[in-house]
Amino acid sequence: MTDLTSLTLAEARKGLAAKTFTSLELIDAHLSAIEAARVLNAFVMETPDQARSMAREADAKIAKGDAGPLVGIPLGIKDLFATKGVRTTACSKILGNFVPTYESTVTSQLWRDGAVMLGKLNNDEFAMGSSNETSCFGPVGNPWRRDGSNTTLVPGGSSGGSASAVAALLCMGATATDTGGSIRQPAAFTATVGIKPTYGRCSRWGIVAFASSLDQAGPIARSVRDSAMLLRSMAGHDPKDTTSVDIPVPDYEAAIGKSVKGMKIGIPKEYRLDGMPAEIEKLWSEGAAWLKAAGAELVEVSLPHTKYALPAYYIVAPAEASSNLARYDGVRYGLREQGKNIIELYENTRAEGFGAEVKRRVMIGTYVLSAGYYDAYYLRAQKVRTLIKKDFEDCFANGVDAILTPATPSAAFGIGEKGGADPVEMYLNDIFTVTVNMAGLPGIAVPAGKDAQGLPLGLQLIGRPFDEETLFSLGEVIEQAAGRFTPARWW
Amino acid sequence: MSVDAATVRRIAHLARIAVSEDEVPHLQGELNAMLAFVEQLSEVNVEGVEPMTSVTPMQMKKRRDVVNDGEIADDIVANAPATEGHFFMVPKVVE
Repeated sequence: MTDLTSLTLAEARKGLAAKTFTSLELIDAHLSAIEAARVLNAFVMETPDQARSMAREADAKIAKGDAGPLVGIPLGIKDLFATKGVRTTACSKILGNFVPTYESTVTSQLWRDGAVMLGKLNNDEFAMGSSNETSCFGPVGNPWRRDGSNTTLVPGGSSGGSASAVAALLCMGATATDTGGSIRQPAAFTATVGIKPTYGRCSRWGIVAFASSLDQAGPIARSVRDSAMLLRSMAGHDPKDTTSVDIPVPDYEAAIGKSVKGMKIGIPKEYRLDGMPAEIEKLWSEGAAWLKAAGAELVEVSLPHTKYALPAYYIVAPAEASSNLARYDGVRYGLREQGKNIIELYENTRAEGFGAEVKRRVMIGTYVLSAGYYDAYYLRAQKVRTLIKKDFEDCFANGVDAILTPATPSAAFGIGEKGGADPVEMYLNDIFTVTVNMAGLPGIAVPAGKDAQGLPLGLQLIGRPFDEETLFSLGEVIEQAAGRFTPARWW
Repeated sequence: MSVDAATVRRIAHLARIAVSEDEVPHLQGELNAMLAFVEQLSEVNVEGVEPMTSVTPMQMKKRRDVVNDGEIADDIVANAPATEGHFFMVPKVVE
């Protein structure tokens, strides 16, 4: 039998339906792979007993013939999703040994459809980071290395554990979240597919909040089709999240293989940065050529406020974070450090429980919301956000179906290489992805090639609100042309 | 705009994060790097632009004003660091 971990989700579904193997066999193969890959630090909690018992249930359902669309499929869950009875920490010391008494809506829908949880995945603390280095459990290793080098690289972030685990064949897909690029940037760094759906498409209920007006859940998987299958289960209306949208979830998989002939693809000139590596430029034009060969029409478009998206984000996101993270006070859950009075208890708990990046963002957020600065910073940033969204609206109003951009300004970098002296150096990683969150649009990152050192690079497609289907159709064209990429195993 | 050491201490207190004296210069540098980065927003003309309040245009959802949850006090206090019965324990706040 071929190694069960190397199957795509779609292939595994066929094998399970044809009873070529059982879910329990599939799960056991993955549990062994996880055990052998602990050096990657992708999982912060393994749940083998629960996984086997869910697999047995899946096998029973398959035998009875009433199986859901993801029955028996092994998944990893980002540690930002509350999982009932299983420790959930957002990879922050301040949540300590928090064990939710409830299940997030997104994960409950995956279990409803038969999926099996292998464990919880590493991420940047409270999803604040672009390299997975801010996790209280330590950094995650990227399964990809530069040709001929032993240097361990970051998998990107914040969903670094999700991307690493999927790329290293430790799970067939993973949940992830994206506030400024946290699904798409790690997907690009690991040659996996990651989609951030339209704001409101997935319920945020039960996901540890970072910046509520930007946060969206989405899947990371090994093919465009697999990501479509996962999103179908994750998406949908939830009365418990007031920003979740009540429109039907399409069968995203049906969009795979659909013709893209006649589609108008925008190439935004503002994404052509000074000093952009030649190989990223080349990848971008190759992607455009593939879509053209498939019958799409390419047009140059202008998104004039692009350069202001990242600075506006670094006001809006920290402001919302400072408010959301006020709940970590050492009283209701998580870590508590003693103090002489209640103020000291709060201050000591938060000083001890939050890492450096989180403190920095909470403090900037507190500052931009404080009396006398609100108008100059927060209000201005929200106005700039309106302009960023309008850029996209104008573009779509001119008949553009989707926009093609690079996913990241570089390939993966080494642990400790970036952001040591100036935090902004790290923030620039999200320069191509953050606009999409600011405008609430869907965006998909698809592997498209490698750089001169053998590291994967990705392309991003940005779509109209709630038109994820077009992104899957176009993403499939890129995947067919570029092929799929698997790292050589070194762990 | 940039922040001085006194402002850093004031923000830290507002954010309820204890900061020691030796941490202040470092934090001041980092916060000023972020503020310098966002400074470019001042060149954008935002005259007459509405601030964004909802990224996806939607009506605020409403529900009936009824009790639809509750009687889960055990769940609520299950993860608290110090409790007595169904109460969270904190240091004395009233003299």
